[in-house]
Amino acid sequence: MATRPSTPPPLTGGAGPKGRLPRWARWAVFGGALVVVAGIGLPAGLGLALVVLFTAVLGTLALFVLSRAVEGRRTAKDRLVTCVVVSAFALAMLPLVSLVYEVVSRGIARLDAEFFNSSMVGIVGEGGGAYHAILGTLIITGLTALISVPIGLLAAIYLVEYGTGRLKQAITFLVDVMTGIPSIVAGLFAYALFAIFFGPGVRMGIAGAVALAVLMTPVVVRSAEEVLKLVPNELREAAYALGVPKWRTVVRIVLPTAIAGLATAVTLAVARVIGETAPLLVTVGITNATNLNQFDGRMATLPVFAYYQLTQPGVPPEFAIDRAWTAALVLIILVMTLNLVARLISRFFAPTTGR
Amino acid sequence: MTTTSTPEARPARAVRRLGDRLFAGSARGAGILILLVLAGVAAFLVIDAVPALVAPAADVPGGKGVPAYVGPLLFGTVLAAVIALVLATPLGVAIALFLTHYAPRRLAQPLGYVVDLLAAIPSIVYGFWGIFWLAPRLVPFYAWAEAHLSFIPLFAGPASPTGRTMLTAGIVLAVMILPIISAISREVFAQVPTLHREAALALGATRWEMIRMSVLPYGRSGVIGGAMLGLGRALGETLAIALVLSVSAGTITFNLISSTNPSTIAANIALQFPESSGLDVNTLIASGLALFLLTLVVNVLARAIVNRRADFSGAN
Repeated sequence: MATRPSTPPPLTGGAGPKGRLPRWARWAVFGGALVVVAGIGLPAGLGLALVVLFTAVLGTLALFVLSRAVEGRRTAKDRLVTCVVVSAFALAMLPLVSLVYEVVSRGIARLDAEFFNSSMVGIVGEGGGAYHAILGTLIITGLTALISVPIGLLAAIYLVEYGTGRLKQAITFLVDVMTGIPSIVAGLFAYALFAIFFGPGVRMGIAGAVALAVLMTPVVVRSAEEVLKLVPNELREAAYALGVPKWRTVVRIVLPTAIAGLATAVTLAVARVIGETAPLLVTVGITNATNLNQFDGRMATLPVFAYYQLTQPGVPPEFAIDRAWTAALVLIILVMTLNLVARLISRFFAPTTGR
Repeated sequence: MTTTSTPEARPARAVRRLGDRLFAGSARGAGILILLVLAGVAAFLVIDAVPALVAPAADVPGGKGVPAYVGPLLFGTVLAAVIALVLATPLGVAIALFLTHYAPRRLAQPLGYVVDLLAAIPSIVYGFWGIFWLAPRLVPFYAWAEAHLSFIPLFAGPASPTGRTMLTAGIVLAVMILPIISAISREVFAQVPTLHREAALALGATRWEMIRMSVLPYGRSGVIGGAMLGLGRALGETLAIALVLSVSAGTITFNLISSTNPSTIAANIALQFPESSGLDVNTLIASGLALFLLTLVVNVLARAIVNRRADFSGAN
């Protein structure tokens, strides 16, 4: 970004400026708006959120009117849009902040050792944990990665290194389309596939892994393709000039150069599917006991565990709801950690492309 | 963005090595496998939907056949997604503008990460947040809307005492698709040629006039494509809706603030599937097929729009 003017450029001609507001004017206007809103609103029993909201609206309008009078129509409009854009961003941060606060404050209560080393066998009411669900999530997500990473990487290699013509176009386009498949539809697909072999009502971990793989593979392809495209062509040409076969060029030159980016891509893809609930709900189900065999019956997974603890808490409900929030907290921690790891990988192991 | 194209120049008479053939073959096989999976998704859904489609209408849940069962669900799906889209598109564009043109440059990237984190949060957590945080806070607003805005059919009431309404569900969905819309808009806005922007500024435009004259026209198709991708995600969103929305089967209403709401296809599957068997499962899969086709059309259109922009903008 070459230009990012902090103040609008001078206006000449047309409506013309009459003057300029000093830099502190906007702060003064919004401060004034806050005083007015709080002064009238708080005694009238206005909530904090509404005070902030009305302050933003009143301040924006006041600044617009003031600027309109002092600086002219065009600058006033510019200031109005600036206020709106900044408020929109602040508004969008509200869900994130409130969500993280809510999950942490409610989930922290049960974030104890028991949560991590006990299952739900024989638990009524207090206690219990998500040991079985955490292991289930790790197993199923691991299987998913085992299926989609090789397929996804090979497909990306095909698109970047080999693909030509209509097949390449078709794959590129349909991979994009596949990233938009609703997760529940992927779950139904896996259910229908396994019901053919194992009869209706089938529930097993591997079916969940297949469902998640349908969601994860396109993501791996898409981001791995971007990364492979960044490998400079000179490297490939140098290898060819030395008589290295194409497949060895890809395996020994292209992939090692792009390895950091590929690791980031895979990590982000894992982060995307680890919290998926809907496909697992229809393919894997839930159980109270620890089942580590992905080919044999229902398994517990963290998101589904959270879902059932919340929706079917039993009596008394508060203990199950606490467990649900802690499961949500653990999920968020997992996802955030994976995102952080991905960023760190791409930062510290950035490809050494020379120059 | 320097992308390197596939090296076309091969040695004139290359030896066809076994390793090369195997590797190229397996890479192409993986690509074709992905196409087969997409076709397989459609095929298996059709196969399992057929029993419900040919069954006597009285045997299908609801007793009036599959179209009557899926219709209200389809209505609810589209309604929730449209609410989300209407709320999220302007907000997403504003966020993208903020990150590309308003935020201090040093803050822009970290703030961009923060917005992306919204996309990383699992949908079930959004459901939790929607029930426990958002819905109770919207109850006073719904009561107010019922009292003062009930002449608008959207706010006809009676207001839900729990806040678990269609509008709440739409807001939760809007938050979930916000990162998609803003990410794609941001990408396009950042690609606006510097010369376009500098030309506008040199003519004496204010920042907003510069954005309106150069950034928005350039980014329009990207915004539309991003919005449609967001629509695709909103249509298929499951758990957040299943948790937040209080539904009654077969309803069709535009009343957004009452406790009587149509369900959505995805949420209905999630709620019904675990306890279903026999023809009920086939009916649910038939509704899933409808959802699949709907999202497929939306996504194909969205990708076509986004890709067309990519074709024309690369040379600038």
